[in-house]
Amino acid sequence: MGRVSRARKWFIVGNYTVLTLVSLCMLLPFVNMVAGSFSGGNAILQGLVTVWPVNFTLENYIAVIKNAGFWKSFGITVYITVLGTALNLAFTTLMAYGLARPDLKGRSAIILVVLFTMIFTAPIIPSFLLVKSLGMLDTLWALMIPSLVSGFNLLIMISFFQNIPDGLTEAAKIDGCHEYRTLWSIVLPLSLPVMTTIGMFYAVGHWNGYYAAMMYLRDPGWFPLQVKLRQIVVDSDTASVLNSLSSAEGIKMATIIVATVPVMIIYPFVQKHFVKGAMIGSVKG
Amino acid sequence: MSKGADVNAAGTVPLTEKHTRRSSYFMKNWQIYSMIAPGLLFFVVFKYIPLAGSVIAFQDYSPFGGIAGSPFVGFKHFSELFSYEEFFLVLRNTLVISLYQLIFGFPAPIVLALLLNEVGKALFKRVTQTVLYIPHFLSWVIVGGMVISLLAPDTGLVNRVLAAFGTEKIFFMQEPSFFRSIVVVSGIWKEVGWGTIIYLAALTGINPELYEAAEVDGAGKLRQVFSITLPALMPTIMVLLLLKIGHVLDLGFEQIYVLLNPLVRVSGDILDTYIYRVGLLGGQYSYTTAVGLFKSVVGLVLILGANAISKRSTGNSLY
Repeated sequence: MGRVSRARKWFIVGNYTVLTLVSLCMLLPFVNMVAGSFSGGNAILQGLVTVWPVNFTLENYIAVIKNAGFWKSFGITVYITVLGTALNLAFTTLMAYGLARPDLKGRSAIILVVLFTMIFTAPIIPSFLLVKSLGMLDTLWALMIPSLVSGFNLLIMISFFQNIPDGLTEAAKIDGCHEYRTLWSIVLPLSLPVMTTIGMFYAVGHWNGYYAAMMYLRDPGWFPLQVKLRQIVVDSDTASVLNSLSSAEGIKMATIIVATVPVMIIYPFVQKHFVKGAMIGSVKG
Repeated sequence: MSKGADVNAAGTVPLTEKHTRRSSYFMKNWQIYSMIAPGLLFFVVFKYIPLAGSVIAFQDYSPFGGIAGSPFVGFKHFSELFSYEEFFLVLRNTLVISLYQLIFGFPAPIVLALLLNEVGKALFKRVTQTVLYIPHFLSWVIVGGMVISLLAPDTGLVNRVLAAFGTEKIFFMQEPSFFRSIVVVSGIWKEVGWGTIIYLAALTGINPELYEAAEVDGAGKLRQVFSITLPALMPTIMVLLLLKIGHVLDLGFEQIYVLLNPLVRVSGDILDTYIYRVGLLGGQYSYTTAVGLFKSVVGLVLILGANAISKRSTGNSLY
């Protein structure tokens, strides 16, 4: 028994060590980025910055804050994220609520229609031509409407709704609630975990998305944040931002941090919910 | 499927009666159907119409004629596909990167979930999980920017560490031989933590009495993992593996596109970036739709095939 428990002890020590190292690997690039964003240009160029700012400066952030183009893209992305996510949730919730009814006629056929699109996706060019023929090119609708309902999120929501006891909705109907009222007053208040989870999935998708923008937007005036970020970070188009003592590298890092902050602020509040919500979906899924 | 049988069975009912009965059911449930309708309309318009629009793969599509006005050319674009050296290069890149991701990327979250599951301290577990999930929420533009900056020849952290060991500086982002490893490693970095969620969820479903019984029987930790934990995870692993196999040609555009530059295109250009470049930017709509259809059909065949094999050999399947 003593030998077993010693092996066990070593395993535990090893396990905690490995997990700590993995976590550090996740954090290190991030910390390096934050340190760089507060560092002077020369310090970065000489490779002095590791995990702590060298020649501390706010110049990089001031350059980002002064950049009107960056804020315009930021605003466009906030708009797309808020409106897009609201539309996503509305359409997905309605459809999921309807399809959560196990005895509904045509239900399995409709679910099959959805499932098929998940394993057989249409090529991108015909999708592009469709959006074009609908007159949505160079409009922000092109970033919201073609991704209105995700099959995956729909299935998670259906299985969540199916776990809500029938008694509650039955009681509401006996009291004279119609379906929309039942959804609004009974089901939605019980669905906070799944709503936050799915809402977060959609919102992160909008916030981080740039493929759709690259396909459907030609007018640089409408570019959302990620496209702007790509110009600054990857294509090194820092000339538009570069107007002071700060360095291109430092500005890139500061831009990345500013673009990430909103996601990082919301993340802790919904994390508790989304783990729970995703589990409900995946276990049943 | 079973619904179709119902309708057939109802075919014995006289037509008029069946008609009224069905419409009264519909009338009674019109609210429910009105909830489903907008979403269903979305799937039809934005998923099935483009599928029908894929007919341009069999045409010489011209934007002026549209689908109706463009001449049909049969399988011309598909046979073209297989005569282009560039297509084979891109197909090979896609397959190789996908294979690497399958070998290294697929087991990573399983191992990590097993390790996390052994953590007794709730606080440690919570903090680790929070940290591990973070990269998933960063965009590929940001992760790509971080990768490029970490691997920069003079200022990047990686080259500075290598320099401390006396290694010459390496131009990672310009060297085709490094590109695939960079893609795979950055992919694991971004998604490994997030990937553990689904396995951790499955792990919570295991009856703890099984472990107690195994311990009484003298099974060590490793024995328990192989005899209890892994078999319990098997259905989840198989379902995810099947889905992964179906997406072998579907690496995701954003990650590769952010990291790709002309110097490494020879090892990094994949079907998705190829379609974007040649089709959307180059205007070769019909040809790249053929490429896209090829991709979708291969994916479908793989998923059906893998599913059949899995169903027969392990009893696990998607449907």
